[in-house]
Amino acid sequence: MPNFIMSYLGSTVTPGEAGNQFWALVYVFIIFVGVAVAVLCMNWIERKALAHFQIRLGPMRVGPHGLMQPFADALKLMLKEDIIPAEADQFVFWIAPMIGLLAAFTVYTVIPFGPSQAVSDMNIGILFMLGVSSLGVLGIVVAGWASNSHYPLIGALRSSAQMVSYEVAMGLAIVSAILMTSMNASGTGTLSMIEIVRAQQQQHVWFIFKFFPLGLIAFAIFAIAMVAETNRAPFDLAEAESELTAGFHTEYSGLRWSLFMLAEYAAMIAVSSIAVTLWLGGWMRPFPNLLHASAWDFIFSLFPGLTFGGLAAIAFIGAARMPAHSFFRIQRIGLAVFAALLGFIALLLLVIAVAGRSADMSLAARFNEGIGYVFWFVSKVAVFMYLFIWYRATWPRYRFDQLMKIGWKVMLPISLGVLMVTAIVGVLVS
Amino acid sequence: MSEHENDVSSRGLSSLDRSHLDLETPEKPYLDSNELIINMGPQHPATHGVLRVILKLDGEKVLGTECVIGYLHRGVEKIAENRTYTMFNPYVDRMDYCAAVSNGLGYCEAVEKLLNVEAPPRAQYIRVILTELNRIASHQLWLGTHALDIGAMTPLFYTFRDREEILKIFERYCGARLTTHAFRIGGCQYETYAGFEKEVKNFLTFFAPKIDEYEALLTTNRIWLERTKNVGVISGADCVALGVTGPVLRASGVKWDLRKAQPYANYSKFDFEIPVGTNGDTYDRYLVRMQEMRQSMRIVEQAVNDIPEGPIMGKVPKVIKPPVGEIYHSIEAPKGELGYFIVSDGSTQPYRLRVRPPSFVNLQALDLMVRGSLVADVVAVIGTIDIVLGEVDR
Repeated sequence: MPNFIMSYLGSTVTPGEAGNQFWALVYVFIIFVGVAVAVLCMNWIERKALAHFQIRLGPMRVGPHGLMQPFADALKLMLKEDIIPAEADQFVFWIAPMIGLLAAFTVYTVIPFGPSQAVSDMNIGILFMLGVSSLGVLGIVVAGWASNSHYPLIGALRSSAQMVSYEVAMGLAIVSAILMTSMNASGTGTLSMIEIVRAQQQQHVWFIFKFFPLGLIAFAIFAIAMVAETNRAPFDLAEAESELTAGFHTEYSGLRWSLFMLAEYAAMIAVSSIAVTLWLGGWMRPFPNLLHASAWDFIFSLFPGLTFGGLAAIAFIGAARMPAHSFFRIQRIGLAVFAALLGFIALLLLVIAVAGRSADMSLAARFNEGIGYVFWFVSKVAVFMYLFIWYRATWPRYRFDQLMKIGWKVMLPISLGVLMVTAIVGVLVS
Repeated sequence: MSEHENDVSSRGLSSLDRSHLDLETPEKPYLDSNELIINMGPQHPATHGVLRVILKLDGEKVLGTECVIGYLHRGVEKIAENRTYTMFNPYVDRMDYCAAVSNGLGYCEAVEKLLNVEAPPRAQYIRVILTELNRIASHQLWLGTHALDIGAMTPLFYTFRDREEILKIFERYCGARLTTHAFRIGGCQYETYAGFEKEVKNFLTFFAPKIDEYEALLTTNRIWLERTKNVGVISGADCVALGVTGPVLRASGVKWDLRKAQPYANYSKFDFEIPVGTNGDTYDRYLVRMQEMRQSMRIVEQAVNDIPEGPIMGKVPKVIKPPVGEIYHSIEAPKGELGYFIVSDGSTQPYRLRVRPPSFVNLQALDLMVRGSLVADVVAVIGTIDIVLGEVDR
């Protein structure tokens, strides 16, 4: 093996920090594939969950319980005719989805899935994230403008106004979390995403519970702003179906449209990851300081395996409960294979958990550790993803002026207040 | 009539000014101008069919609207002149297809009035039960689509689930679910099926908690309140001036319901209230319709308990040939006053038949209600007026 591959193995820092560009590239690839898979899963889960909120079944035909539906849709979208309206600005129309996608995916470079499970540990990570994710609005605005049509234009205008106003409140909420990172012995704060999680570890508290209720309020502000930032219900004015037909992507179809969707879901996962990193202890498992005996480590390391085992069991029960009619035979077999696949992953994870029980530096132990980090991070993000669906099923849509009113008159003053009080409390405590 | 007169102090159009709409676009390219003319519909998810609304916008603000209708025009009134009275009966179901039973009731009663016959008591009860059930179904459809327009997806599926129970009763009664053709001139064609009363009662017990479920989703929902309160406000005087009827009129504080004001069928036998709003905004219209569903349930309950035995068809000749004359008969359809004006020349076919559709008249109020508000309010108001384009265009 060449040296540039082997030299990174065993390192406890991110590839970016270690200066190993090969592994950074590998991580980029893993994250890109992971996010794409997550978007596919999210597509299926959103349809199913939304359907069950609304007393319907959702996709049931393509694959068992519609499991292959995202793939079918992706295929369909790729095969569709590529339409660019004659009156549109061809080049800008073409590049707009790329901008959105690029912005959504670039954020992932600084998201820490674990202390070394990130592409790079930038010392201005959170600033970088804010800057890049704001670029996403450019894609929407440009798409609306390039379409040369009225509905997209209005959608784009709404979207830009919305994102600009919510970014302010969002930024201030983030600053109050950053202030909390400086509550250590040396009194130095940090903007690095990894260091922010480490600060929570050192201070023995997730920032959501820090200076109760200050952390909670800041988190709530961020949680609301991030829904607005990603144009999701109840703030989905930019693509308000009943008003603007489809908003900024009215003129888009096929692959280009799917790029917008991909960008939207990637952005949802990205902002959720940021919320998890800043307030919910990032990759840390629950109670890492309270339950720190190695027995607890072992118990918590079983969770990934058990989760997949549970999913496998659900899939297996689903296969067993399918009607006996021959019509369902293929579906039943498909679901059983899927269950077996999940079961195999569960088994693999359990084996790793058992093998990597000892806290030495063996490969299994390192692997086990990494899986634990990613698992807890993804689980926390998954909660947010579910909330996104839940919001969509429950709430009507805000009107434009009401959205602006909430952004500027409610959230901005609150987040400013929280920031100031956090600063004062921080000074008083230290 | 007296209540109605009292509420309307001025008969003129208080805030109506029709001298607006110069919809001509400026010569400049649109990106440089302040005003934007956009076409909402005829293919648009929130215009409830093929309504086309031309909006003149200043950014998000609506400066004026113009409705373009006729995309669903089928010449129903002209068809009536070429059909016998009996043959025309199914056509009326296709006007307001969400409330086909009400349409049929209005038409049958109008012709009966012209013929000077009356449906027997049992037929009257069946008519009231089915019409009120249809009112509930129509309001359910309104609620689901209205909520969807405002962005709440879930109520649509809840209302459709429960509407299904009503449609099942219709289907068992007359074989059709939507365009029922339930009534005939002079009474009803079909006797109720075995277990009809029980099924209707079952529906009432089934549906009472479901209304609470809808209300739990919306009535105190903060976003719903913000989106509907003070949106599309119209005063009672304006409603009367424009001829607006139905829940829209009642939400503006005018207690005018034809079931009480000019009782038809046997509505005078039932004990029910007319829900009235105060502000005339979208939220009040929502509350009024929710209350109306509860009142309709009361009527159905009384009717199904008191339903007498007896014949279901009055004494009507085989060939219906009304005497020369004209008649205007109107009923309280779910959407407002549904009137039929029939001119008879003594032949088997109407000389002229004119429908006064509530949706068409109520739609006139759209411009008044949305002027100066935002684009999002336009869809909310279209939803709250509760139009059916089949009836607007006929």
